[in-house]
Amino acid sequence: MIPILILSIFSGGFAIFSIVAGSLSGPKRFNRAKLESYECGIEPAPQAFRGHRLPVKYYLTAMLFIVFDIEIVFLYPWAVAFNKLGMFGLVEMILFIATVFVVYAYVWRRGGLEWD
Amino acid sequence: MAAADFTAPSIAYGALMPVLIPAGAAIVGVLVDAFAPSTIRWRAQVVVALAGLAGALVACGILAGEHHVTADTAISVDGPALFLQGTIAVLGIASVLLVADRSPGMDGGAFVASAATTPGSADERASIRSGRIQTEVFPLMMFAVTGMMLFPASNDLLLLFVALEVLSLPLYLLCGLARRRRLLSQEAAVKYFLLGAFASAFFLYGLALLYGYAGTVSLGGIHDAAVSGQHNDTLLFLGLALLAVGLLFKVGAAPFHSWIPDVYQGAPTPITAFMASATKVAGFGALLRVFYVSFGGLGWEWRPVAWGIAIMTMIVGSIFAITQTDVKRMLAYSSIAHAGFILIGIIALNKSGLSGSMFYLLTYGITTVGAFGVLTLVRDPDGEATHLSRWAGLGRRSPLVAGVFALFLLALAGIPLTSGFTGKFAVFSAGVSGGATPLVIVGVITSAMAAFFYVRVIVLMFFADPLEDGPVVVIPGGATSSAIAISVAVTVVLGVFPQPLLNLANHAVPFYH
Repeated sequence: MIPILILSIFSGGFAIFSIVAGSLSGPKRFNRAKLESYECGIEPAPQAFRGHRLPVKYYLTAMLFIVFDIEIVFLYPWAVAFNKLGMFGLVEMILFIATVFVVYAYVWRRGGLEWD
Repeated sequence: MAAADFTAPSIAYGALMPVLIPAGAAIVGVLVDAFAPSTIRWRAQVVVALAGLAGALVACGILAGEHHVTADTAISVDGPALFLQGTIAVLGIASVLLVADRSPGMDGGAFVASAATTPGSADERASIRSGRIQTEVFPLMMFAVTGMMLFPASNDLLLLFVALEVLSLPLYLLCGLARRRRLLSQEAAVKYFLLGAFASAFFLYGLALLYGYAGTVSLGGIHDAAVSGQHNDTLLFLGLALLAVGLLFKVGAAPFHSWIPDVYQGAPTPITAFMASATKVAGFGALLRVFYVSFGGLGWEWRPVAWGIAIMTMIVGSIFAITQTDVKRMLAYSSIAHAGFILIGIIALNKSGLSGSMFYLLTYGITTVGAFGVLTLVRDPDGEATHLSRWAGLGRRSPLVAGVFALFLLALAGIPLTSGFTGKFAVFSAGVSGGATPLVIVGVITSAMAAFFYVRVIVLMFFADPLEDGPVVVIPGGATSSAIAISVAVTVVLGVFPQPLLNLANHAVPFYH
């Protein structure tokens, strides 16, 4: 219990400190781009409604993200329980990663990673 | 909470070869797609896919007569599983051959080369020349085959669900890849995906309730809990019903059949052949295992409902097929009617019901692949001529193709000396011995009704005047020819000498769990 409590105090404290420190010390120069969604310079247009189409590239990126995201989701518990799972777990995980790697090679060769 | 010690499950990799070989072929196929130069890619894909399926078939042959319950009782590789896996491998080979045909007469194949080009246009030719061909069809089919191989061998509801998804997801995609009538094809893919997702949800809900009932997801464990009868029956029957909805959807039994005509019509014809044959075999394999292993002791409870579903399926399939004017839709309704006949084998709930159903699945699957294969040969300038009126007088202009199609139709109708007759006989006699005589009577009557629309097509082909601007019957490439030849041979041989294969099916029973 105690280590978790200490950890959560530290992490919560760090989060609060970062926000407060940022808002106190950072410069504030407002312009139009700051008011847009995501505030990243890319205009969130064209919109899918009003007769426009959504660029299909986003869909590809999102799908690739899910593939690797799921891979990590499986890797994490495996890494935590690595000692218990032993050789069997290692071999299974290598098979799994190899399969995902094949997909990666396919995406790379067929141009899935090129933005334009 | 102290973590439980982990013991690695022992996995009999040898017994899993019928599943692992197609899976390996699928992964090799993805690599071929990534690295092979576009000039040899298509050919390499065909070789890899056929090698994977042939390897799986050989593995089934080597394993024949053995039974292994492995991976901590999650997988049961026993006689019925191996028989059905072998069947799926054969049907897969025939379907891959249909897909592989890109000979000039076949109009460059049934699949899109690039999603944005019009078929037959200069753009499309340019895009094919530039090497942007799509050969993902083959790895996708092999992934689907992997799921189908696992489906009838799953001895555990969770694995059953995983196999269901592995076989379904590639099929959703494959449905939308038709080169011609693309809107219809994409509509089919979306419909199949949405309804399939619903069915999967039903299945999962049933799985959850059954787990709540029995405290285990293994089929044997659910059987033990159901027989002991010490738990709350509501969970059991709700779970059973929801699970059955998910599985009956996949095999296309009424009232869960509504997707079949649309999807079979819209999908590229070689994929329709694959779905109508191999998917149905896998789906019935899982249904048979679930009902024979888990719910065999509860026959009195679920049989009345199953009777209703079987009768409705047979009647819906046979009656609606009569009104169809599209050959693909007609064959789709015929496949619904066949699902009803096979359900009799499940309801029989005895050894001959199991072996009869397996034999029926093999005969039906092979004939169906052949029938859809013939469908790819009869073409108008803008694609396959699937409207029934276009087939008038085909027998006078191309007697061989029309004759082969007539043979398949007679086999589907169950005329003696074709495999369809022996299959129907096996299932119906099992039904009678299993106490389902009224059901068999309905089966015989609907078979007669079904024979009407099969014979009507034959009459149209041979006794109607040929159309002036009738469709062209293309000369098939070697691949399509061999797929159809395999189907003809099996249909005739199993009609005349069914005994060796019937013996094989009889020796394959029962299930081990």
